[in-house]
Amino acid sequence: MNKFSWYEAKSVEDAVSNVTATASDILGKAPKESSVIFKAGGIDLLELMKEGLVNPTTIIGIKNIPGLNKISYDDKAGLKIGANVTLAELENHELIKEKFYALHLAVAHAGTPQIRNTATLGGNLAQRTRCWYFRSIEHQCYRKGSGTCYAQEGENEFHAIMKNNSCASVHSSSVSTALMAFNAKVQITSSNGKAKEIGMEEFFVHPEVNSKNESVLGSKDLITGIVIPPAKPGTKSYYIKQGARESHDWAIADVAVVTEMSGGKCKNVEIVLGAAAPVPMKAAEAAKMLLGKSIDEAIAKSAGEASMKGATPLAGNAYKVPIFKTIVRRAILKTI
Amino acid sequence: MDTKKIKLPFGIPGHNLGEIEREVPVTEPPAWPINEKLKHVGKPIKRYDAMAKVTGQAKFTADVQLPGMLYAKIFRSNTPNAKITSLSTTRAESLPGVYAVQVMKSDDNEFPDVKYVGQPLVGVAASSLDIAEEAIKLIDVEYKYSAFVIDVEEAQKPEAPIVHTVKIKAQTDGGDVGVTHDGSQTKGNIVGPSTGSFLGGPRGNLEAGFKEADVILEQVYRTQVHTHVPLETHGVVVDWKPGNMTVYASTQNTASVRDEMAEYFGISKSEVRVISEYTGGGFGAKHSAGVFGPMAAKLSKMTGKPVWLMLDRKEEHIAEGNRPSSIHYLKIGAKKNGTLTAIQQRSHGTAGVALGAGVGHLAQVIYECPNFATEQYDVYTHAGPGAAWRAPGNVQGAYGVEQAIDELAEKLGIDPLSYRDKIDKSEIRKIERQKGAEMFGWSRRKTPGSTAGPIKKGLGMAQSTWPKFVTLDSSAEVRLLQGGGVEIRSSVQDIGTGTKTILGQVVAEELGIPVEDVTVLIGDTYFPRGPGSGGSVVTGSITPPARNAAYKVKLELLEQVARKLKSTAANLVMEDGKIYDKADATKTISFKDALKDMRTSEITATASRSDDYGGFQQEWGLAYGDLGSVQFAEVTVDTETGFVKVDKIVAAHSCGRPINIAQVKNQINGGVIQGMSYALYEYRVMDKATGFMMNANVDQYKMPYSMEIPEIESIVIEDYGGRSSTDAYGIGEPANIASAVAIANAVYNAIGVRIYEIPMTPDKILKALKKI
Repeated sequence: MNKFSWYEAKSVEDAVSNVTATASDILGKAPKESSVIFKAGGIDLLELMKEGLVNPTTIIGIKNIPGLNKISYDDKAGLKIGANVTLAELENHELIKEKFYALHLAVAHAGTPQIRNTATLGGNLAQRTRCWYFRSIEHQCYRKGSGTCYAQEGENEFHAIMKNNSCASVHSSSVSTALMAFNAKVQITSSNGKAKEIGMEEFFVHPEVNSKNESVLGSKDLITGIVIPPAKPGTKSYYIKQGARESHDWAIADVAVVTEMSGGKCKNVEIVLGAAAPVPMKAAEAAKMLLGKSIDEAIAKSAGEASMKGATPLAGNAYKVPIFKTIVRRAILKTI
Repeated sequence: MDTKKIKLPFGIPGHNLGEIEREVPVTEPPAWPINEKLKHVGKPIKRYDAMAKVTGQAKFTADVQLPGMLYAKIFRSNTPNAKITSLSTTRAESLPGVYAVQVMKSDDNEFPDVKYVGQPLVGVAASSLDIAEEAIKLIDVEYKYSAFVIDVEEAQKPEAPIVHTVKIKAQTDGGDVGVTHDGSQTKGNIVGPSTGSFLGGPRGNLEAGFKEADVILEQVYRTQVHTHVPLETHGVVVDWKPGNMTVYASTQNTASVRDEMAEYFGISKSEVRVISEYTGGGFGAKHSAGVFGPMAAKLSKMTGKPVWLMLDRKEEHIAEGNRPSSIHYLKIGAKKNGTLTAIQQRSHGTAGVALGAGVGHLAQVIYECPNFATEQYDVYTHAGPGAAWRAPGNVQGAYGVEQAIDELAEKLGIDPLSYRDKIDKSEIRKIERQKGAEMFGWSRRKTPGSTAGPIKKGLGMAQSTWPKFVTLDSSAEVRLLQGGGVEIRSSVQDIGTGTKTILGQVVAEELGIPVEDVTVLIGDTYFPRGPGSGGSVVTGSITPPARNAAYKVKLELLEQVARKLKSTAANLVMEDGKIYDKADATKTISFKDALKDMRTSEITATASRSDDYGGFQQEWGLAYGDLGSVQFAEVTVDTETGFVKVDKIVAAHSCGRPINIAQVKNQINGGVIQGMSYALYEYRVMDKATGFMMNANVDQYKMPYSMEIPEIESIVIEDYGGRSSTDAYGIGEPANIASAVAIANAVYNAIGVRIYEIPMTPDKILKALKKI
């Protein structure tokens, strides 16, 4: 790991006025070029630095910025979560468990208890893919700006099965799967001091839009928190993650379902798939099948089938298709 | 040699326990009774180093810090098949903080040909690990690249790139140890066949055997490459001062590392001292000094400073050994009544650039069958070298054989457990089957695939054998110190299995003192040579000399005490911290006072492992008897997602006289978990286009964590054979052999479809169920 200097940010303004790059901006660059990047929990950054993929000259510690570690809820503004809230704090929050159960489940299945004690919400959103070609300093892959996705013809059992023809990596944030299902917005402050809110679907971008980062985060952007609209009556949610292991693993497939029922019929529903495409995606067709209907085993099954419409699995990951169909069905049935 | 006759316990308590008379050297101690009549031996004595380990006081090799110590890092190839056209270390050498650079070259000063990604090329020693890591990035190398082959099936094709153009030496610890080929029968990348195994070769006539058969089963089984992930990676700290090289090593064999270093550098063995106070695990790949050992030594010699060279996790995965893969063909014939008539085995496996992919032992010995033949081939690929891995060859072999027997039983319409009763002549496994089946509830087993609904339960079992290997070249010294102090010393190392504790127990038992009063000093080649921790030989090899040495010092002490008590040594008893005359209890002295009154400041005795009692001339490659095991597995299979979860394992084992029942059970737990991991999770992912291992870490190389661990219950059966003064044997390898295939059989019972390849990941399950 290269040597770097450390700067402890005192405020959001302090942080954004001193930062010069995202970790993604400096990926693969030698430590000679001056670069100042953020570190929150450091879970992902440490891995990137150990592999030599990221060599910052200065790291700005943002974990102690005041005001970014709060969780609040009211019936009008909804749920606000500061970017520095740890996954453990989210996991143990009673209101989240009660009103946003899928988020609770997603967080509780991320990493390990030790990782959740350190990892932050903001860092979780900004982390990079665990695609093993991306993580290898020896493979100059599509996600690092070359035209080659090694996974297409290579080892791709954990890779994308949808929208995967340019880059088949999948984003690693399973928390995002749940956040997108709740239509969360990401709050971002830039160096010009302007704060903005971006929906999860706009926050994540497909590799063909930006091959070098999964999100819209610019060089001087800082995630300050997320906002989830208030929970509507009759809403239930569920989340299922299937990893190679039950403990401490990335999703092979994960799904979040948020269903609003009224008079026995489905009034609103969101179904989000993680680890299916390079970034989390809504399974709109599957959701449409449920709207206005009462939900039973048969319709949930059809929605599961529909969620995989257009899947283009690679040589080693066709098995993900039946897994998705299954967990989509099971998650839907858990929300009624 | 003068001999005497002694009667030893023989058989299995509660089953057929009796006595056997053996003629043994007069120097041997009297026979111990069975464990229930002993004070310390057989009991769940707490580990000697438990506190030191859990409090972080235990110093492993990586923790060694010496004054002026340098840190070394190895520069490795990043291409799988190439010739080095130029290599410059100029920039690395000029980096401030770099003390020495050592380029690997052959005897005729040539760069080695690169044969796999991760091959060591240059060592750099610097004042910090950061600088050493920085320095290796400044090494400039140019290659002439060649085509390479990673896939074991591609490598067998005539047009495949050739890995070795010259013969290479077989690694003796590489695979199915025993009768192996020497690399001379090589065709392309295919080497072999090896037609034998640990215990002899082919027998009978296959053709005739198959003619007699009413049922013939033919199947191919596949197992993956499994890399070593001990908690502590390979590594050394070498401090080479003139006339004395001290090597702190994370090793399974201090003595062989000493011998290797002495031989490599052409120096006397007494100039090399190897120390391993604690070794953080080893599963077969840590017997050798490797490349890193001599590399660190050279760097130490060049700089006159101690050099720390521990490998990182990536290096451990790619270059420090793995369990070779296998593509394992079996053909088994049986008569209608189940009698086996012929077993034919053919296997191809890759140990990368090394040899050792045999799988033959288990098929050859576990069941009685008059006609047997095997052909085992190694296939070279451009990948990191294989190494021994907990029951080399047997785990792969069992995966095939024990599924085949299961399948055969079904074809014959016999319950798989009963079928083994019929064809297995092992007495110990018969009892293990009975006791295991009872504890496990084998009678709950239903027709394959018969659970209603998509989540299916299954029960399976499998069994294994492992020879009672012993290393006769095993010695220990016991010392009594005047005024207080009992020590045992040997170079044998404790790699986490609990060797320190069992040595303490054995000495304490012999001297009739508390276990904690025995100081155990091991893992140092300045002490008498102990065995390597491989082949499950440690307990069987080192506890008899430990006891015999304790017996010798006891006799000497009793002689001295006898004079004082006006008794005779023969009349004195040493137990419960006292020495007393068995005819006159008033003649007594405490053990502590006896030590105070010693004539000399020390009484010491060294003993070596005797031949086994009963005339068994044991040595590596020759072992009589059977460390049988039977394991039962209960699994849940989600047939919609393809995921398998192991719910429960019951493991029934024997290891002669168990010395520490808690540690034996620990070893069984470890073996079962490793076997489960092999069955379901771990596999090396090689990118065929670039030759890199893609999951060389502990994130994407999947090993089980807490949530994956099943309930494990073990049954340890005391099995007395009257073979040595302790009659004890190891358990490390037996514990690992049957687990994976017991799970495979349980998966079959759950879903009604057989999976012929491990790891049984969801893609394989879903394919077998025709869901993809």
